[in-house]
Amino acid sequence: MKTYAAVTGNEAMAEALRQVNPDVCAAYPITPQTDLMQNFSDFTADGRVTTEMILVESEHSAMSACIGASAAGGRVVTATSGPGLALMWEMLFVAAGMRLPIVMPVVNRALSAPLNIHCDHSDAMGARDSGWIQLWSENAQEAYDNLIQAFRIAEHPRIQVPIMVCMDGFIISHSIGMVDFLPDEVVKRFVGEFKAQDTLLDVTRPVSYGPLVLADQYHEYKAVQDAVMTDVFDVALSVADEFAEISGKRYGLFDTYRLEDADFGLIALNSAAGTCKDVIDEARKAGFKVGLLKPRLFRPFPYRQIGDALKHLKAACVLDRADSYGAYGPLFTEIASSLYPYATKPLMINRIYGLGGRDFLPVDVFGVIQEVAGALETGVVPETKKYISLRK
Amino acid sequence: MTTSFKPKDLSQKEIMLAPGHRMCSGCGAAIVVKMVLLAVNKPVVACSPTGCLEVTTCISDYTSWKIPWIHSAFENAAATLSGVETMYRVMKKKGRISEDIAFVVFGGDGGTYDIGLQSLSGAMERGHDMLYICYDNGAYMNTGTQRSGATPYGAATTTTPVGSAMNGKPQQRKNITQIMAAHKIPYVAQASLGFHMDLMRKVQKAMEIKGPKFLNILSPCHRGWRSKSDDAITLSRLAVNTCYWPLFEIEHGKTRITHTPNKKLPIEAFLKPQGRFAHFFQPGHEGMVREIQHQVDEEWNDLLCLSRDKEPEGQQAKTSSELALLHLGP
Repeated sequence: MKTYAAVTGNEAMAEALRQVNPDVCAAYPITPQTDLMQNFSDFTADGRVTTEMILVESEHSAMSACIGASAAGGRVVTATSGPGLALMWEMLFVAAGMRLPIVMPVVNRALSAPLNIHCDHSDAMGARDSGWIQLWSENAQEAYDNLIQAFRIAEHPRIQVPIMVCMDGFIISHSIGMVDFLPDEVVKRFVGEFKAQDTLLDVTRPVSYGPLVLADQYHEYKAVQDAVMTDVFDVALSVADEFAEISGKRYGLFDTYRLEDADFGLIALNSAAGTCKDVIDEARKAGFKVGLLKPRLFRPFPYRQIGDALKHLKAACVLDRADSYGAYGPLFTEIASSLYPYATKPLMINRIYGLGGRDFLPVDVFGVIQEVAGALETGVVPETKKYISLRK
Repeated sequence: MTTSFKPKDLSQKEIMLAPGHRMCSGCGAAIVVKMVLLAVNKPVVACSPTGCLEVTTCISDYTSWKIPWIHSAFENAAATLSGVETMYRVMKKKGRISEDIAFVVFGGDGGTYDIGLQSLSGAMERGHDMLYICYDNGAYMNTGTQRSGATPYGAATTTTPVGSAMNGKPQQRKNITQIMAAHKIPYVAQASLGFHMDLMRKVQKAMEIKGPKFLNILSPCHRGWRSKSDDAITLSRLAVNTCYWPLFEIEHGKTRITHTPNKKLPIEAFLKPQGRFAHFFQPGHEGMVREIQHQVDEEWNDLLCLSRDKEPEGQQAKTSSELALLHLGP
């Protein structure tokens, strides 16, 4: 029987992990991921999962232990936030370079300095070049659904790449939302058995992981890593098809809201997209023909598909909850690239919002809608990139 | 099951490191790996941090390792292998594996004493069933002999060179075996390539103990030590016989010296064949020889006291003859 319950984002993701019952989980506490793993630890203590926990002494060791465990041939997970992901940074590239399908919830948190435990996307954005697949989640339901699908995408025989599933720290991880849970047997059947290849524990067929590769071959290794990513789009979509059959929920590479007939659009990731949708409904009543595009798969980036969905717009505002200081925000750069092939492109602005947990309110959405509408009228964009909701 | 360590029997065993690796001729690390693996009678899965051993034994498309082996990064061999060992326990519990497999790290001193210390400490504290072998050549040799926490006092390295203002490394080396013993793991030991039976017995003993084990093996590096390329075994013996590198084990907290030199040699015997200590013998540097002798004597004395369950005596300078008398005890 399906259960429909009021849970936090952390509880929803912990529940997905319980249903998948991975072989090994290496964990280190960090706000706001901490209670995701605490919930999962309760499951291990009560014998509701057979997962063996490795309570490591740092996030770098968490990813290192995951790499060892995955190479040993089993299903492996960890979870982290902000500086924890930053500490793992070296090992993210190693996990991807070794083609190990590790699955990791990332509860998005700001990076230090200054120290801040609240939500922004600087952590996962900082890891966008690591070779990991990235799925982004608007709310607890999406976080739960994405995490379950993540195993199938990462472990697909044509893929074998690690995957991170993002959700906003505190805003989603700690606030209560309604989640439709799938029955245990349905999830178990959907993720299936993990079929490991070339494992360290097959002593009859010894393998060496992690060679030195010099200039004569490294370049080719990386070209292969990139080529594999192009297969992810099809795999993600076919997994989404299967998921729709068991859940009734249809996922794609991205989501749109009232975009098809829009004159101008907002592009945003995660929870801010939810706020945008509400304000779009109000703005529409006020005569603004505005819509939203919410990316779900950020790595690999579906340039062609997103460009196709946005090309009819006359203007757009890309909202970034992370920055690349001295350059445009990471989401803006990708969206702009997706529109590059077209002769006529929308007028575009990049607005940086919500860093370090700064609230992103309906009034802020109205603000950018009016800015874009204004730019459309005058044909002038005064500032391509700007921080919104700064204190005066 | 006791392994026969007779050369005749050992010569029948397969050496699990294939020739063709890129280690320098005369490298101690190669001997460490071969000796250790000869002493083990069950399948081994190994891990190495970045370092000489790792880069020389696995360069795509080739590997020298005839056993499953993983390298992931520099500072995390213990963490990486603890993941492998954990998955092994899970697979055994699920009935997917039935073999008895041993888990061994072969890590250099850089990846053990310094950058790898955190992950080593964590793995030891968590109690993983693995043997951590440090092949200790006393510097970051792979990158050209930079000082590490294992570099002895006064040694010349490329980051502690000898010049008009400096005389090699000013600090003493870390006592990694005591650090490991303080983790209260069931077995900690120190071994030398010059005493292969002692080394192999220690490996075998470690294999029979469940839980984390640590074995520090001196690994002469003629490049970094500026010694003769065929002096690895000679220097390994001199290290023990000068008490620079005592052979001992700490089993469940109890210290036991496993080899006492018949005649404790002055430290000069170990220093003279190595160019990295050449400046010790320049006029005006006699104080350096006295200092290192004092450090060696102090640590040997502490070890003797620990082996007799005594509190270490007050730190007074003792003459080498007084100390020589001490070790003639029970």
